[in-house]
Amino acid sequence: MTWNAKDIVSPGAQQPTKNLPKTGAEAQNVLAAKGGSVYKEQGNPDRDGKDPFPVDMSVEIAGVSLKNPVVTCSGTFGAGQEYSEFFDLSLLGAVTAKGIADVAWPGNPTPRVAEVTSGMLNAIGLQNPGVEEFLKRDLPFLKNAGCAVFVNVVGHEPKEYYRVVERLNGVEGIDLLEINISCPNVKAGGLVLGTDPHTVEEVTRGCKMRASQPVMMKLTPNVTDIRAIARACEAGGADAISLINTLTGMKIDIERQTFALANRTGGMSGPCVKPVAVRLVYEAAQAVKLPIVGMGGISCWEDAVEFMLAGASAVSVGTANFGNPYVTLEIIDGLRKYCRRHRIGHVRELTGAVRP
Amino acid sequence: MKRKEIALVKEQKQLTAEIFSLRLAVSFAGEVKAGQFVSLFSSDGRRLLPRPISICEADAEEGSIRVVYRVAGKGTEEFSRLENGERIAVMGPLGNGFPLDEAAGKRLLLVGGGIGIPPMLAAAKALKGRAKLRAALGYRTKDTYLLEEMKEQLGSGLLAVSTDDGSLGVKGTVLDAISALEGSCGSADGEEAVADILFACGPKVMLRAVKDYSAARGISCYVSMEERMACGIGVCLGCVCRTTEPDGHSLVKNARVCADGPVFSAEEVDLS
Repeated sequence: MTWNAKDIVSPGAQQPTKNLPKTGAEAQNVLAAKGGSVYKEQGNPDRDGKDPFPVDMSVEIAGVSLKNPVVTCSGTFGAGQEYSEFFDLSLLGAVTAKGIADVAWPGNPTPRVAEVTSGMLNAIGLQNPGVEEFLKRDLPFLKNAGCAVFVNVVGHEPKEYYRVVERLNGVEGIDLLEINISCPNVKAGGLVLGTDPHTVEEVTRGCKMRASQPVMMKLTPNVTDIRAIARACEAGGADAISLINTLTGMKIDIERQTFALANRTGGMSGPCVKPVAVRLVYEAAQAVKLPIVGMGGISCWEDAVEFMLAGASAVSVGTANFGNPYVTLEIIDGLRKYCRRHRIGHVRELTGAVRP
Repeated sequence: MKRKEIALVKEQKQLTAEIFSLRLAVSFAGEVKAGQFVSLFSSDGRRLLPRPISICEADAEEGSIRVVYRVAGKGTEEFSRLENGERIAVMGPLGNGFPLDEAAGKRLLLVGGGIGIPPMLAAAKALKGRAKLRAALGYRTKDTYLLEEMKEQLGSGLLAVSTDDGSLGVKGTVLDAISALEGSCGSADGEEAVADILFACGPKVMLRAVKDYSAARGISCYVSMEERMACGIGVCLGCVCRTTEPDGHSLVKNARVCADGPVFSAEEVDLS
């Protein structure tokens, strides 16, 4: 068996996905999404489990086992239900449910979204039904999805976070709490909570002491020194960190001569933010020993590899889901093939493996 | 079931300076309900968000859908350059569609303004022979589109047109067209009300006027809403519209246009 470039899915290429243990209908969907072309097997070594070089795709984040390192980002995947119409969520490492507050939040006025070159701005304002409705309606679905379940927690001030954490504490089916201290569209006293190391440490400690589940702090890139924030998380007892949340941006509609978003500013995401995110993941990884879930513009397997090499133990896919509901499956597939080509037996070996 | 696939372009026609008609071969044509929409994707990675466009026609036998859209930016401009045999990524069918069964057997008034007209043609086709159809369509100028096709669907049903500049039909808004309909209705039907039920799609200011009109006359009114979208399937909460009662998703009076709509009972939505 030879290994060559043919085995690698190129980014965004109209090439069918191989190797995934999909049902027939799902495979059809992916093929259809790829142009309806019929893929011709070319001695695919992964098929029927006859892979001569098996790759262990499992990773662990703060004691939570993921069958592969691909997660979905909070706010881009609902609570999983909508995307389950497109594919089997059990193929994912984890789903991160959209940010949940102690009570329902109405969010911002519209327009809430705008496209920018190779990205988008959003100012949703964390509209959510509140923790009770989440537990009653969304969690029963999610905990049976067959992947790990991360729940994103939001608040305006520490005590709001704590109320949610206390409610989620010990709840069966929630594997990890991601604490969103970084939404650029919700500000308490004019400041994003996650920009001050002292506050970050305090909130981390407060969440940690109230949660039986591992706590992962989600960091904003809108800071001068990400290392100080990452260290504050570590000092507060965090089990993991995730980054980056969106970069604050603005778009002006020149025909209407007004702001494209009702909120004026919004969080920028998509491929345009990726180089910033890779740099921040790298810096954070150098500063702390905590496992990192890397995110920020990941839209293909090459991006995922890059984040892992920079120091991420797992990667999370957000905005790219909007352009391609099957993108996470393609990334999992591409990651596996990359590892095989490079003779990497365990995907976790990629974490932080960038050479100086 | 929703899916994303690569569709073959069957036909592209320019209807006016900025309105185009695109027919696409898709696997889901047989599942489309009038009032639903599709997301069309740019092939340029710099434009990553899908463009939501209402479905104007679905042909289950041929396995095709037709969308009629206005070129409003670089994405739609790219779509307008597609030629027969080329391919485009499409996701659908999306959204809820019009309550067709509720209109069956009734006098149904279709109200379309501007690029809100295409879904009205879909509704007319779906209910031809099942409802007593009439339509009020508002254009900018006499440079119309889908008008002949609408006449064909309506048959002997009443139709009134308004234009902003008065170059065709009544000068004014679609409300003026409705007034014109009422005039001819009175003589034709010997009835005062022009409809029992009304479907409307168009700019928000038009929907507001149509809602008030319907409320004053006890006409059951459904509006198809438009909002900036990202995901198109209900996860991102980008495209919400204000509702009068708590919405089904977040319980905060902000319903998702893409997933809970785009068609809402006019009483449900706050158009102020």
